Amino acid sequence: MARLIKSSLLAASLALAGSAAYAADAAPSAGVDWNALIIFAIFVLLTLGITYWAAQRTRTAKDFYAAGGGITGFQNGLAIAGDYMSAASFLGISALVYSSGYYGLIYSIGFLVGWPIIMFLMAEPLRNLGRYTFADVASYRLQATPIRAMAATGTLVTVAFYLIAQMVGAGQLIELLFGLPYLVAVVLVGVLMVIYVTFGGMIATTWVQIIKATLLLIGATLMAILVLNAFDFDFNALLVKAIEVHPLHAKIMLPGAAVANPISAISLGMALMFGTAGLPHILMRFFTVGNAKEARKSVFWATTFIGYFYILTFIIGFGAIVMVGPDAIYHIGGDIAKGLLGGGNMPAIHLAHAVGGDLMKGFIAAVAFATILAVVSGLTLSGASAVSHDLYASVFRHGRGDEAAEVRASRITTVVLGIVAIVLGVLFEKINVAFMVGLAFAVAASANFPVLLLSMLWKGLTTRGAFVGGFAGLICAVVLTIFSPGIWVAVLGLSKDGAWFPYTSPAIFSMPLAFLCCWFFSITDKSAAASRERAAFDAQYVRSQTGIGAEKAAAH
Amino acid sequence: MDEQTVKRIQSDPNYVKLVAERKSFGWTLSIITLVIYYGYIALVAFAPGVIATPVAGAITVGIVVGAAIIVASIVLTGIYVVRANAHYDELTKAIVNASAAGGK
Repeated sequence: MARLIKSSLLAASLALAGSAAYAADAAPSAGVDWNALIIFAIFVLLTLGITYWAAQRTRTAKDFYAAGGGITGFQNGLAIAGDYMSAASFLGISALVYSSGYYGLIYSIGFLVGWPIIMFLMAEPLRNLGRYTFADVASYRLQATPIRAMAATGTLVTVAFYLIAQMVGAGQLIELLFGLPYLVAVVLVGVLMVIYVTFGGMIATTWVQIIKATLLLIGATLMAILVLNAFDFDFNALLVKAIEVHPLHAKIMLPGAAVANPISAISLGMALMFGTAGLPHILMRFFTVGNAKEARKSVFWATTFIGYFYILTFIIGFGAIVMVGPDAIYHIGGDIAKGLLGGGNMPAIHLAHAVGGDLMKGFIAAVAFATILAVVSGLTLSGASAVSHDLYASVFRHGRGDEAAEVRASRITTVVLGIVAIVLGVLFEKINVAFMVGLAFAVAASANFPVLLLSMLWKGLTTRGAFVGGFAGLICAVVLTIFSPGIWVAVLGLSKDGAWFPYTSPAIFSMPLAFLCCWFFSITDKSAAASRERAAFDAQYVRSQTGIGAEKAAAH
Repeated sequence: MDEQTVKRIQSDPNYVKLVAERKSFGWTLSIITLVIYYGYIALVAFAPGVIATPVAGAITVGIVVGAAIIVASIVLTGIYVVRANAHYDELTKAIVNASAAGGK
């Protein structure tokens, strides 16, 4: 292995010496990156300004949760792309391609293919039935208390896993760029996000997403162009070089060891595809548009932007292999064997420096940080809505609390979630962010998605079926995850023998289990309430198809 | 929505048409997406060698198929939007108007 690395390094350094075109002009500075700091400061000031503006316009619960329902399909598509293209996508996938090659692209593809399914089966009925959270839809004709409790739990677990990934990415990034301690970095993210969400609600969160999505698309496009430019726009030449310089050589074009097992591959595929359709912060975005037609447009624009972005990850990932991997200045102590400066999630940032010098690195770093900030805001808003709208207003107050109290509960929850996010970010400092996001998707695919889909499409679903099915999927996904090597060994540091679940993702077991339990505990439910719920399906279905009786956009 | 309105809309021929057409179109496109994606996942799982097979220079089957799946996802959602804008919205409008008229 050592010899393998040595020989590839030799080849790489020869290659680099021969081509100064993409050699960086100087080593990355060890201290504060002023370019990044200034660009990021501009972003923060701009978004705080928007938050102030949004706060003036956030009067009702509908404003707070759903931006008054007045966002257009195009804007929402961009905001969905902003919510979805997280730091885990940008930093995590390029890091996975950097270390394992083609394996990372399986994530790029899997992350996108959930979108057509959302379009064809879910977007329009979702918009026609819901108000603020996906639990509104799931509990439309079922009993509010158990179903909202279940949906809120599913939401909070998904949000927690996803938040960990974002906070870790943020901490590592700021540590690398500004020389700030990891803890300070994580606290900074937590505080800013709490400000956006508590004061600006969904209006501020939406505009933060839109600005960030635009910046990220511009940044990724620039990087991809600069990478290709170094190879005279010959993608093939880039791949040839990547195979030559990567320690694994031609093996980087194989799907990789992590999916060497067919069950792992299929399970990961299921989690990525159906998890998208169960992410609470994404589902929530469908309630910010005026009607089903705008919801449809949102999905089309979101799919287009996200798909374009993932095509770029192909170029950026392989670009990092060629331009960052063999270059000693991006490694600890100038020694390639010691690993990348700033940790394993940083290849995209170093690549920015390699193709565009300090200014480009500053820009991309600021964009990545803005990305994290925007995504944690969206996540926190959906977590806070689950607590205030589903748990507080429906489960504890049984719909008798007033709107102002509900929004207040949401703001308090936001602060609590900010603190939880900081603590989780510190606890899970060393984890690969793309892996962690994979787990969030597995939970979303196993708990939220089955219940939501069946509640909209299957007449036979009853409260008992949805409750048991949702929790079965959730518990199964979480337990299998804890006992997988990724958590048991890598995070908890326990012995390999305890990690009895060998696969990368639990979805292949937990998702069918959820569907099976929903079905079985529904058809065997002979209660009077169950027959009322089945009878109520027709009215729900008419509304889901036609939008008659659906929430209208507020006139602003 | 009261039971009478539900019954009336359910017996509207436009509603029957909308539901039947959207259902079959939506599921057809969903199944196409599922077949494309799980076909790909099956390659990854059972024939990883095929993924790494070069088609042109160092560009492999995996790269081409991966990019094609992304493009196909965008195209399929586009097809749905075009059809829905042209066809389903008209039917929905007719149903809503008929329902509003019938309710008076």
